[in-house]
Amino acid sequence: MFETFFPILLLMAVGVFLSVVFIFLSAKIGRKTKLAKKFEPYECGVEPVGTTKEPVQVKFFLVAILFILFDIEVIFLYPYAVMARELGMFGLIEICVFVVILLVGYFYVLGRGALKWD
Amino acid sequence: MLEMILFASIKVVVVVAAVLTGCAYSTLLERKVVGHMQHRMGPNTAGPYGLLTPLADGLKLIFKEEIKPANIEPITYMLAPMISFVPAILTFAVIPFGKDNTFFGHDFTLVLSDLNVGVLFVFAVTSLGIYGIVLAGWSSGSKYSIMGAVRSSAQMISYEVGYGLSIVGVLIIANTLSLRELVELQMLPLWGTVSFLPNWFIFSQPLGFILFLTCAIAETNRAPFDMPEAESELVAGYHTEYSSMKFSMFFIAEYANMIAVSAVGATIFLGGWHGPFLDTMPMLSVLYFVLKVFCFMFFYIWLRATFPRFRYDQLMAFGWKVLFPLALLNTIVTAFFVIL
Repeated sequence: MFETFFPILLLMAVGVFLSVVFIFLSAKIGRKTKLAKKFEPYECGVEPVGTTKEPVQVKFFLVAILFILFDIEVIFLYPYAVMARELGMFGLIEICVFVVILLVGYFYVLGRGALKWD
Repeated sequence: MLEMILFASIKVVVVVAAVLTGCAYSTLLERKVVGHMQHRMGPNTAGPYGLLTPLADGLKLIFKEEIKPANIEPITYMLAPMISFVPAILTFAVIPFGKDNTFFGHDFTLVLSDLNVGVLFVFAVTSLGIYGIVLAGWSSGSKYSIMGAVRSSAQMISYEVGYGLSIVGVLIIANTLSLRELVELQMLPLWGTVSFLPNWFIFSQPLGFILFLTCAIAETNRAPFDMPEAESELVAGYHTEYSSMKFSMFFIAEYANMIAVSAVGATIFLGGWHGPFLDTMPMLSVLYFVLKVFCFMFFYIWLRATFPRFRYDQLMAFGWKVLFPLALLNTIVTAFFVIL
């Protein structure tokens, strides 16, 4: 247990350490100027207009919901894939039923135009 | 115990150094290859053939002024580059990069951690990188950043489905989630009968390989799927407001992600470190692995020099209406072949 997870944790620690060093370096070494114009968000040279905290189109939210639904169904296929040979014919029929249910949902989503971008 | 900790530390340091060097030289490779494809020289000033360019670039970026725009969210703005950098490196924890070896009488496995759910780990960690992009775009307080981040998140989660599904076929054949066992399976003769070809999964899963490659390119936000950065319309997308080393961390993360998906692709479909003459010279395995990863990287760069960018609606339609059904079909057909 420790043998498998120690290198992963160590790699993570090295990654975090490196990124802290990078951020620290750029904050310390780089030159500094104080010009108010420099700290404005980039907008092709003109004065920034409006705010960025506006709601985004609901389409993006819909894609997120669909992702959760379909990705969870993909995750259900992983345990089946690992056990496919042992489950044999029974597993094959079961997974076909599962995929058919998934496809019904998929075509419903398509029919309702949730994946249409215009 | 102590020996294990020592070996693990050495391997971690070597892997991190190799990945960072690989990232640095991928940038040079990209500029050189794209340059020659467009009848230019590419960078050739720093060192012979421009070989010191990555070093010069890195030094330049360290000495650049760091600008924090006025209306950022300071904490997430700081954390975002870290959140994309760390998972990009973390993928390499489970990838076997060479045949097991003995050094000075000690057994030395050339993999950081032989996790029995390696494939799941890789996919989980790869998809973490998206948090960095979304947080960067949201906390920058710039319109280009937020648009890049929103587009990028929609694109990455859409292709995540096909990405995860494209390798289920391989898993049905292999019946394992461990990357080490996947490589060992690919060392057998093809389909157990054809003795002159190895059992690489690209031969039994050609459609799966193509799907994996396409989704991998979209997952790493590379051309022709580089919507989040689309420099002609979004300036630089989610990292518009980042400068100095924070910008370069996003840059390193992007290239580390490219190398990571290349390594995963090489391991799952092209036999990992497998190649001829391994019995006499086991160290050749590392070379084979690097060569395969290099082929993937070259393919990435080649694509970038060849294809124009997708339109956004085409991109989403391609992911949901072409890749997803094809990947599902591939899975079911493979299951039928294996069981019947």
